[in-house]
Amino acid sequence: MATDAPSPPHGDTDTNPAQPTTEQFVEMQKSAEFAELRHTYRSFAFPLTVAFIVWYLLYVLLSNYAGGFMGTQLFGNINVALVFGLAQFATTFLIAWLYSRHAAAQLDPRAEAIKARMEAEL
Amino acid sequence: MSTALQFTAGGLLASDLAAESATTEHRPLIITLFAAFVVATLFITVWAGRQTKSAADFYAGGRQFTGFQNGLAISGDYMSAASFLGIAGAIALFGYDGFLYSIGFLVAWLVALLLVAEPLRNSGRFTMGDVLAYRMRQRPVRTAAGTSTIVVSIFYLLAQMAGAGVLVSLLLGITSDSGKVLIVALVGVLMILYVTIGGMKGTTWVQMVKAVLLIAGTLLITFLVLLKFNFNISDLLGTAAEKSGHGTAFLEPGLKYGATETSRLDFISLGIALVLGTAGLPHILIRFYTVPTAKAARKSVNWAIGIIGAFYLMTIALGFGAAAVVGPETITASNKAGNTAAPLLALHIGGTDSAGGAILLAVISAVAFATILAVVAGLTLASSSSFAHDIYANVIRRGQATEKEEVRAARWATVAIGVVSIGLGALARDLNVAGLVALAFAVAASANLPTILYSLFWKRFTTQGALWSIYGGLISSVVLVLFSPVVSGKPTSMFKDLDFYWFPLENPGLVSIPLGFLLGWLGSLLSKEKPDTGKYAELEVKSLTGTGAH
Repeated sequence: MATDAPSPPHGDTDTNPAQPTTEQFVEMQKSAEFAELRHTYRSFAFPLTVAFIVWYLLYVLLSNYAGGFMGTQLFGNINVALVFGLAQFATTFLIAWLYSRHAAAQLDPRAEAIKARMEAEL
Repeated sequence: MSTALQFTAGGLLASDLAAESATTEHRPLIITLFAAFVVATLFITVWAGRQTKSAADFYAGGRQFTGFQNGLAISGDYMSAASFLGIAGAIALFGYDGFLYSIGFLVAWLVALLLVAEPLRNSGRFTMGDVLAYRMRQRPVRTAAGTSTIVVSIFYLLAQMAGAGVLVSLLLGITSDSGKVLIVALVGVLMILYVTIGGMKGTTWVQMVKAVLLIAGTLLITFLVLLKFNFNISDLLGTAAEKSGHGTAFLEPGLKYGATETSRLDFISLGIALVLGTAGLPHILIRFYTVPTAKAARKSVNWAIGIIGAFYLMTIALGFGAAAVVGPETITASNKAGNTAAPLLALHIGGTDSAGGAILLAVISAVAFATILAVVAGLTLASSSSFAHDIYANVIRRGQATEKEEVRAARWATVAIGVVSIGLGALARDLNVAGLVALAFAVAASANLPTILYSLFWKRFTTQGALWSIYGGLISSVVLVLFSPVVSGKPTSMFKDLDFYWFPLENPGLVSIPLGFLLGWLGSLLSKEKPDTGKYAELEVKSLTGTGAH
């Protein structure tokens, strides 16, 4: 919210969408249902983030300190460095697809259930 | 009003050209294409302006764009002059080392997709500051968020303005300083019109049109380059390596960054800044507010990754193609930093003596011009929104400003930022545009990303932690750039004749990004104030579920 003023309980404009109270949010945050949503999200997104950053840094470091290896020619003038670079493209597309599939199957139904229930109680 | 201004600007442009008296055959065509884009986009802007009534319309385009539309607009917002002119130039001159930009700029989107886009859409309203200040004391954190938004956007604007100056001196033969200033001023006036009249809706449509033009233009050149080499990429690379004068070293990492231990560190610094910068760029973040739900925000990032990825793959053909077809001597003779490689490639691949070359050059230049205009509009909107919503409405007026007053403040801020960036634009014209943008990425990754991530995911984060992190990251990155070889002490510096540099790296990210994260953690631990657990519950539940989202 943009201001500290309390929002009216019912509102349908962009200025003041209906808000549950802070107590309702705290209660939801402590619930098993929300803990499961958080776990489903974090246990997928966090390790994957670490993985692609490590993979990317490996590419940066190899470019810097393993010039000989990166310069190895594979087919014609196409060398390991170029293939490694293209592999970064491929993994980026792959991870985006994996995350979106996970989100649609595992996160969206849980998030929508919580949202629907909290907003129904308003 | 807008048409009158546009004609005045067009008239000035034509008279300046006449004064230059260098009218080669293709110049009228280039100007016609530029003018066509300008007229079309101003038309869109006026149309969008008629539908812009509320603050949500002005800041977030009414939140009615689809995931695909926003993905296209994000691509248009993101693929700046740095990508099109800068990366092509960097690859054409330094070979493989230039390709790091393409990879870093793309991989960075995963941070936005996995960690930032959806929570931000769910918990914020108009600006990055909405999320940063959510759990915190409003006034100090919003002041910090607004300051850092404006600084990052101005760094980025500087790069786009440098690109505009470069393009125009190549295309229109304007070499006089007054001619370049005139063009930068024209770009400035146009961006002010787009944003003040069209708001987010107009800006979004301009960015969508630009993305389509850029992809089409790049596809065309890529196709022609590949055709010339019978679709044999190995042949293209071989010719590029031979023409470069570096042999196979041109195709390997290290040509630009492998010389010394310092330059290797610079490469790592650049790599980190690129991958962590995107998710902290305010002009990208506010685009997530233009769609109705977090799911649509996710879809828009997926579209953006597809479109941007395809574009960056084609930079291989653009860059190595420019090295193979145009050759580095011709490129550096035209612009020391290589910023004209892509338009020159268009000219040479179409045939320097034929109408085909002239037409291609005109088309590609118009695309580059469109690219610059769309990006500067996005940047200006981000900084003026943040000024009006974070600083004016919430700090100066303490949340008591009406929507009308807020939007009026945003329009005035747009004019002010436009004027400032016109003033700064002239200073940066001989620096590589991609390098300049990388500095904006470093500042964003140091000042904004740590606070965004801590705010969303760390329950013990406090106001003091946010302030230490934002100001610490911001000040350290800007100060390190100021005392780096980018600004002084080298022939390629902004001020060649001065020498006050002591920080050896061109990109500050290696130092300032970890510092931003460290200060956020330390500031929270040493904080006397307890974190607001109620507000964190609100933010966490909202960000993951969209309950009560705008």
